[in-house]
Amino acid sequence: MMEKILEVKDLNVSFNTYAGEVQAVRGVSFDLKQKECLAIVGESGSGKSVTAKAIIKLIHDPGVIKKGSSIKYLGEELANKNFDQMRKIRGSEISMIFQDALTSLNPTKKVGHQVAQSLIIHQKMGKREAFDKAVEMLRFVKIPNPERRANQYPHEFSGGMRQRAMIAMALVNKPNILIADEPTTALDVTIQAQIIDLLKDMQEELNTAIVMITHDLGVVAGSADRIAVMYGGMIVEQGPKKEIFYRPKHPYTWALLNSVPRLNTKSKETLYSIKGTPPDLIQPPLGCPFAPRCEFRLNICNEKMPTAYPIIEGHDAKCWLLDERAPKVKVFERLEV
Amino acid sequence: MSKLIEVKNLKKHFKVGRNLYLKAVDDVSFYINKGETLGLVGESGCGKTTCGRTILNLYDPTGGEVLYHGRNIYDFARNEMKSYRKDCQIIFQDPYSSLNPRMTVETIIAEGLRVHNMMNTKDARSKVHELLEMVGLNREHANRFPHEFSGGQRQRIGIARSLAVDPKFIVCDEPISALDVSIQAQIVNLLIKLQSELDLTYLFIAHDLSMVKHISDRVGVMYLGSIVEIAKCDELYSKPQHPYTKALLSAVPIPDPEVEENRKRIMLQGDVPSPINVPKGCKFSGRCTIAKDKCFEEVPVLREVDKDHFVSCFIDQ
Repeated sequence: MMEKILEVKDLNVSFNTYAGEVQAVRGVSFDLKQKECLAIVGESGSGKSVTAKAIIKLIHDPGVIKKGSSIKYLGEELANKNFDQMRKIRGSEISMIFQDALTSLNPTKKVGHQVAQSLIIHQKMGKREAFDKAVEMLRFVKIPNPERRANQYPHEFSGGMRQRAMIAMALVNKPNILIADEPTTALDVTIQAQIIDLLKDMQEELNTAIVMITHDLGVVAGSADRIAVMYGGMIVEQGPKKEIFYRPKHPYTWALLNSVPRLNTKSKETLYSIKGTPPDLIQPPLGCPFAPRCEFRLNICNEKMPTAYPIIEGHDAKCWLLDERAPKVKVFERLEV
Repeated sequence: MSKLIEVKNLKKHFKVGRNLYLKAVDDVSFYINKGETLGLVGESGCGKTTCGRTILNLYDPTGGEVLYHGRNIYDFARNEMKSYRKDCQIIFQDPYSSLNPRMTVETIIAEGLRVHNMMNTKDARSKVHELLEMVGLNREHANRFPHEFSGGQRQRIGIARSLAVDPKFIVCDEPISALDVSIQAQIVNLLIKLQSELDLTYLFIAHDLSMVKHISDRVGVMYLGSIVEIAKCDELYSKPQHPYTKALLSAVPIPDPEVEENRKRIMLQGDVPSPINVPKGCKFSGRCTIAKDKCFEEVPVLREVDKDHFVSCFIDQ
């Protein structure tokens, strides 16, 4: 069994807004093992990005990580670290890359300097040495002509190149964990394939564990080891990749898998679609957040949130249908393509 | 089947500097049969949206012609143009910026009816109610404002607006790419249902190849302002000919881990070149894995390799 490097337990994040308290993340727990790629999948507003940001405490006012949340990195509790202590960890132990590389890079600084900055801060390297190392790193992420590119500004880079530069910046200190928040969403398919390949190579060579946030099940199928499915601020199901894809137990996971057309489905057949819209997290439903849209809901679903039912080692789902007292439904018969 | 729209050598160049032109659409020809869906795919910046808008005369073309029922729309007189605009509608990509925030849903949907003097206010109101129900909303929604709706619902309003004037042809310009996965399926199902009920013809522009396959009868692949391959949907996806189409298809992630593990990818090197300085010869030559000397010199033309299957490449020649 590989060592756990990150343990998140009962994470709760809320945002205090005029309209009320938005409970964006409600009791999320997961672990990350060494060299593993965990994908967090969900729709917009499901709390996946907030979860990722909470790991390195990038939650700003009006957002708060609530008391009782625990984020353990190599046995160390991050939840009660202060700002300065967190700065030492961000960028050197745990790094993050974002969806939109253009707005995440500083437009007024040369790309090489931006990559070097992380080395100067965390490794106390000299400017010249750090810049040379930055050029090496740009070469490592397969940016052609890195000497020239390091002296250019972000606007001179294309979308794919910017994302590579950001990956270089995140990985230059060889962090243990890389959090990738929708790293390929803004990119075209051919570039997306390049970036996913690059992330896989980096994971191999630098032994980095990755938390990948995405809504694209195709990206997940190729790159993840384990998957956590989020809905309404909760992880409703998590497990190894193949378990989730071939033996999903939660109706939401199942619906999500069925609502995307594949290259091998018949054309113009009606796609399975989930009726309705995701819940409002200002007054989240008492019971299961998916219940109002679920085809198989029971009376209890609206009243009480089920606990996680273990299915096999490492695979669990939060659904009342898995209770032994629940009626047996064939939830997954339509999954066959 | 008769051709509803026929595009011939359409060009749209934008002037971006002194003697500098961005060739967004460069000599594109295709046709759309009545009642079918033509999918148009390609990476961002390849000119698919510009192409759709030029067909609707939202942009003045630089050259070429678009035949509607056999007549060139750019020669239309003013009143003919107005009726063309009624027949041909568009659904925009971004449901957040394409609805006027100061207008109620009813005014938005009925605007076309008013502009074309199609019916009086009372009839228009009942028509709006009918349209709202047709796209899966309630008649109570008519008096609300766009900000009260979610992305999927706004897109439904956009669809209702385009249907108000009884169009024959709709350009769907990436209608689902701003939406969540579960909502995408709802909208695509709606578009397919409306097509069969109202006998519509679609030009479906998207970059999601699996969704395009799902909805289209024929698919055209664009690269840097040109169509590189156009064929029947099944044929294009099962027997792609152009190296760009092959690479594009192999890059699409498939939501199935076993398929994904055993796949061989054709990795394209580099990025799409700038459409201002297009490479000499075949536009794809710089990224092509099988490019020969000829490809860097001569421009390939679209030729028929199989029935209704057109490719612009020198392979097998």
